[in-house]
Amino acid sequence: MTDSKYFTTTKKGEIFELKAELNSDKKEKKKEAVKKVIASMTVGKDVSALFPDVVNCMQTDNLELKKLVYLYLMNYAKSQPDMAIMAVNTFVKDCEDPNPLIRALAVRTMGCIRVDKITEYLCEPLRKCLKDEDPYVRKTAAVCVAKLHDINAQLVEDQGFLDTLKDLISDSNPMVVANAVAALSEIAESHPSSNLLDLNPQSINKLLTALNECTEWGQIFILDCLANYTPKDDREAQSICERVTPRLSHANSAVVLSAVKVLMKFMEMLSKDLDYYGTLLKKLAPPLVTLLSAEPELQYVALRNINLIVQKRPEILKHEMKVFFVKYNDPIYVKLEKLDIMIRLASQANIAQVLAELKEYATEVDVDFVRKAVRAIGRCAIKVEQSAERCVSTLLDLIQTKVNYVVQEAIVVIKDIFRKYPNKYESVIATLCENLDSLDEPEARAAMIWIVGEYAERIDNADELLESFLEGFHDESTQVQLQLLTGIVKLFLKKPTETQELVQQVLSLATQDSDNPDLRDRGYIYWRLLSTDPVAAKEVVLAEKPLISEETDLIEPTLLDELICYIGTLASVYHKPPMSGPPLTTSSVQMGAVDLLGGGLDSLMGDEPEGIGGTNFVAPPTAAVPASLGAPIGSGLSDLFDLTSGVGTLSGSYVAPKAVWLPAMKAKGLEISGTFTRQVGSISMDLQLTNKALQVMTDFAIQFNRNSFGLAPAAPLQVHAPLSPNQTVEISLPLSTVGSVMKMEPLNNLQVAVKNNIDVFYFSTLYPLHILFVEDGKMDRQMFLATWKDIPNENEAQFQIRDCPLNAEAVSSKLQSSNIFTVAKRNVEGQDMLYQSLKLTNGIWVLAELRIQPGNPSCTVRAPAPTLRPWSLPFVPCQGVVLVEDAVQASLQAWLEPESVRSLKRTFLESFHIHPVRLPR
Amino acid sequence: MIGGLFIYNHKGEVLISRVYRDDIGSQAADSAVFSSSGPFLGERLGGSVRNAVDAFRVNVIHARQQVRSPVTNIARTSFFHVKRSNIWLAAVTKQNVNAAMVFEFLYKMCDVMAAYFGKISEENIKNNFVLIYELLDEILDFGYPQNSETGALKTFITQQGIKSQHQTKEEQSQITSQVTGQIGWRREGIKYRRNELFLDVLESVNLLMSPQGQVLSAHVSGRVVMKSYLSGMPECKFGMNDKIVIEKQGKGTADETSKSGKQSIAIDDCTFHQCVRLSKFDSERSISFIPPDGEFELMRYRTTKDIILPFRVIPLVREVGRTKLEVKVVIKSNFKPSLLAQKIEVRIPTPLNTSGVQVICMKGKAKYKASENAIVWKIKRMAGMKESQISAEIELLPTNDKKKWARPPISMNFEVPFAPSGLKVRYLKVFEPKLNYSDHDVIKWVRYIGRSGIYETRC
Repeated sequence: MTDSKYFTTTKKGEIFELKAELNSDKKEKKKEAVKKVIASMTVGKDVSALFPDVVNCMQTDNLELKKLVYLYLMNYAKSQPDMAIMAVNTFVKDCEDPNPLIRALAVRTMGCIRVDKITEYLCEPLRKCLKDEDPYVRKTAAVCVAKLHDINAQLVEDQGFLDTLKDLISDSNPMVVANAVAALSEIAESHPSSNLLDLNPQSINKLLTALNECTEWGQIFILDCLANYTPKDDREAQSICERVTPRLSHANSAVVLSAVKVLMKFMEMLSKDLDYYGTLLKKLAPPLVTLLSAEPELQYVALRNINLIVQKRPEILKHEMKVFFVKYNDPIYVKLEKLDIMIRLASQANIAQVLAELKEYATEVDVDFVRKAVRAIGRCAIKVEQSAERCVSTLLDLIQTKVNYVVQEAIVVIKDIFRKYPNKYESVIATLCENLDSLDEPEARAAMIWIVGEYAERIDNADELLESFLEGFHDESTQVQLQLLTGIVKLFLKKPTETQELVQQVLSLATQDSDNPDLRDRGYIYWRLLSTDPVAAKEVVLAEKPLISEETDLIEPTLLDELICYIGTLASVYHKPPMSGPPLTTSSVQMGAVDLLGGGLDSLMGDEPEGIGGTNFVAPPTAAVPASLGAPIGSGLSDLFDLTSGVGTLSGSYVAPKAVWLPAMKAKGLEISGTFTRQVGSISMDLQLTNKALQVMTDFAIQFNRNSFGLAPAAPLQVHAPLSPNQTVEISLPLSTVGSVMKMEPLNNLQVAVKNNIDVFYFSTLYPLHILFVEDGKMDRQMFLATWKDIPNENEAQFQIRDCPLNAEAVSSKLQSSNIFTVAKRNVEGQDMLYQSLKLTNGIWVLAELRIQPGNPSCTVRAPAPTLRPWSLPFVPCQGVVLVEDAVQASLQAWLEPESVRSLKRTFLESFHIHPVRLPR
Repeated sequence: MIGGLFIYNHKGEVLISRVYRDDIGSQAADSAVFSSSGPFLGERLGGSVRNAVDAFRVNVIHARQQVRSPVTNIARTSFFHVKRSNIWLAAVTKQNVNAAMVFEFLYKMCDVMAAYFGKISEENIKNNFVLIYELLDEILDFGYPQNSETGALKTFITQQGIKSQHQTKEEQSQITSQVTGQIGWRREGIKYRRNELFLDVLESVNLLMSPQGQVLSAHVSGRVVMKSYLSGMPECKFGMNDKIVIEKQGKGTADETSKSGKQSIAIDDCTFHQCVRLSKFDSERSISFIPPDGEFELMRYRTTKDIILPFRVIPLVREVGRTKLEVKVVIKSNFKPSLLAQKIEVRIPTPLNTSGVQVICMKGKAKYKASENAIVWKIKRMAGMKESQISAEIELLPTNDKKKWARPPISMNFEVPFAPSGLKVRYLKVFEPKLNYSDHDVIKWVRYIGRSGIYETRC
């Protein structure tokens, strides 16, 4: 018999059929019906209407049927609290059942029904179950206390359950002990000051005894709890360590890691002269190495932890370098972590081997991995002085490969090598200069400029080289601009005669033509220094700088100590303590995700970055957050707007006036008008609901049909009070773009259903596309160039915008306020050309070229519609949402249709604040 | 602790969703909203679980890039995932959980499901969804993993459904004491007419050798897999030629052990199935346990010293001018002549600009595979202490590429009927005091299989 048949879709009237079946006299039929109900629930159908009928099936001696009914209850009780009370009697009765399995099932399920009213009925059965003669019931009841505490902490304290739970730590059954420990640890976390666990040598002894006997999971609970104990002296610490070490041979990696945590922590208390200390150190290495033969996911967790351990106690793994060598078929996340550890373990003894390996890795396929490998070579040079020469020659070999990203990465690290060993490897500068033209990443450009400036006296054509960068000064990133300024000033101080003009030029670019505060300030400092006292300037700017330190990426010691206490947990994977305020970033998590989930997840999951209960992890922020950066558009200051920072203004996105979407006559008196806005990265639908009927309206709800960009309400429609006749209410409904995707006609069509106490109403509306333009839609220049070239002509659309009396700056800043970013700007034959990029929430890029003739109030837009095959282009930072493939296809095709071009055009126009009514549609 | 558990198919549709904690959302029913096909989904609006479920699908399952991490943090919620064929299992949490435990649990859950209904596939999951919910209810309580040994679970979670009135009180208490007891992996009352056990010593030998024949690195990672069909609650003791044990025993009679020619091996590290009493191993280095019924992995180990390398590869590469390479590779088998190695494959990499290859080999078949840039030489069987040779002439196209060919190492695959680490099973004693069978009545089988792991020789 298979259960998949229950998944087949059923027609209308299904609920009634199910109702009849549930009330059938035949037991088999009843069970079948409940299975169907559960299947419907799993695929997301609403079967809450069957609540009373399903609860009626609860009184059965068939355990399987009972479990199914309980599953249903756990899901729906919260939405139907009053009806959930109906089930209480059966629970109470089941808690008295002669069969321990049923008693445990009842108390387990009752704890999962998170309805306040039920909790009071739960207390008596729970009290009995905590003292049940059967260990299975007791271990279930122990967890139930934690559940109850989560719903109503006060009740748990008042009822004295905490004391009972503490007693269970002395239970004769190891599993009961383990679950009690787990429950107490969790409760203690929310009362940090209380001494709930009350760990003392006696209770520790009990835990250590249970450790030998309980399940693998129980061992983890106990070890994690032990790690929180502070032994009173080194003798106690040693005796606990002795009893924990056997766990290092457990097949379960989590048991091993938790044991490592206890040992690492307690080792702190042991004197280093002790023989035992050395023995323990030796015992730690083999199990850590063994973790690397586990499944890849566990290897990843282990490697993140080993990274901490080698920072804390490098001696443990210093001879084990080889096991961290990357294997051909390791997943990329394992490779990257291994590389990190290899660098940490690199020393004079093993450097030859390490370098040989790193050189191999630099020819691999994965770009991130290759970059990291190249960087690692540089770090080896800095870390192990004797190897520096070898590292530099390896890097030169790699530069010869002419693989673009390898060259750039190599130049960045060579700069650091120069800073560590000045005046030693300058002979390589010539080779570096050969690759000047291929550098397109800001970091590499800045590094090259730094090298040229620093060694200007040895490079004959230093002035020419730097001048070549100066041409596109305004298009460079801040990093490059700053470096260029400093570089040219250094050059001037070294060769004042030939470079006077150059330095004038850069100083005026930095101070007069830029509004970046850092750049301006630094520009003025140099300028004044130079004009006041050139000799002093020389002493200041060209003074000898201290060498860079060996390892810059070490975790700060106090943080490291804290993280050591979290070995095995998520904190150790993220390398951030769970309570930390600043946002957490994992090594490679999709950064764009948050943006795409937008208000949705965030508002639902709590807005405080601190998190609730102190253990929430903060997801990385997107690039576009600081709303305050927005420049006042249209004012005289607008040209100060920083084009290079990549952060858009967020204040001035165009908002259309509200339009009537649903007239009152069509919706039994409910009139809805609204508009869409995008602010600070979140999309919302601003609604105005007017009651033009004669009766009060309540119970509002809203739902969208699937649509092209997956727009969906991120929160329920909240109308706080009933809407009386003739009353109007304004609501802003946050939207997310994580909904299901389906191509619509036209593309920006949105079908909406609104429900109230009277009826359900449907209407459709068109949303302006610019609400979908994300804040990080500024494409890198080089990528823009490459992409632009790749786009076939037939994908281009061109149109003119008349009556646009704006100059290029104003256009640029206005577009930027709608998240259409200027990537580059140039002047061709008196016409200003703007190169714009924007990115949609689904990760599709749109590129455009704007031609503006000064004096002529019109501009031409040439828009090669969205970059085709966005999934195959390497530059699309795949952080974001991926559309289902056919939806991507659909939306791309749609782009080629006149409607979308029009829509794009409208967006441009609307961004210019030109009233859309005047447009031909 | 784990806040919720979801199983997705390859399209990202939710097959199973079980929410344990409110912090990731309250309505489990919401979670599957998007998998249904209707455009309007009734009254269920909002619901953060839905968001969590969706966020994972959107950011991980449908992500364009290769997965960069098995732990994903999306909007302050952490997602752990593992993939089995095209099924995704994801555990979700907002707390600082024990990450290693979550992954171990996910693997365990796969094992449990496989033990109940075989392969983990969409069809099987749909066919057994009631069972899966029942299992999830039992093995994960409020996000805390509970006893998840199939041996124990199968006594009271069956696909037939146990009717409680049919169980006697004794049966019930037997179940509960087993689930919570010290020997959670085995039920009582197992009976076999023939008591039998099988031991497989499975090793994978890894080597990196320099062209001159110097061992750069070598290690063996091994597993002892046991299949036990034993009645009652048998107490087992496993012995092998572990150096520490042999030396301890041999203290008085050191000569004796050396005389009998018993080689002992040094084990770098080993881990054991949870049935093994670890404290006893730690103190006495003896491996004693009550085994689960059926097949399980008793131990894993790693050795790096005195490894028997079953094959030696001697490469000779000569560049004749700029357009020709001469390659000669000799392989020597280095074990008892009575034993036979199988499935031997030698892979000789060729440069990218190879235009033609001519091969002559004494034994087996050799072929140049242009798509793999290698000459693949296969030999079905080869006895010990033998030697075979291949020679090849590789024609090269002239290139402008200044970069020299990196000469990747020559790799080898094989299977041999002995343990390259030198591990020997000395005994496996079985005691069952309550039943009337003795150690001698048990039929025991031991088998050794050595396979190549990464077995490379630079050239």
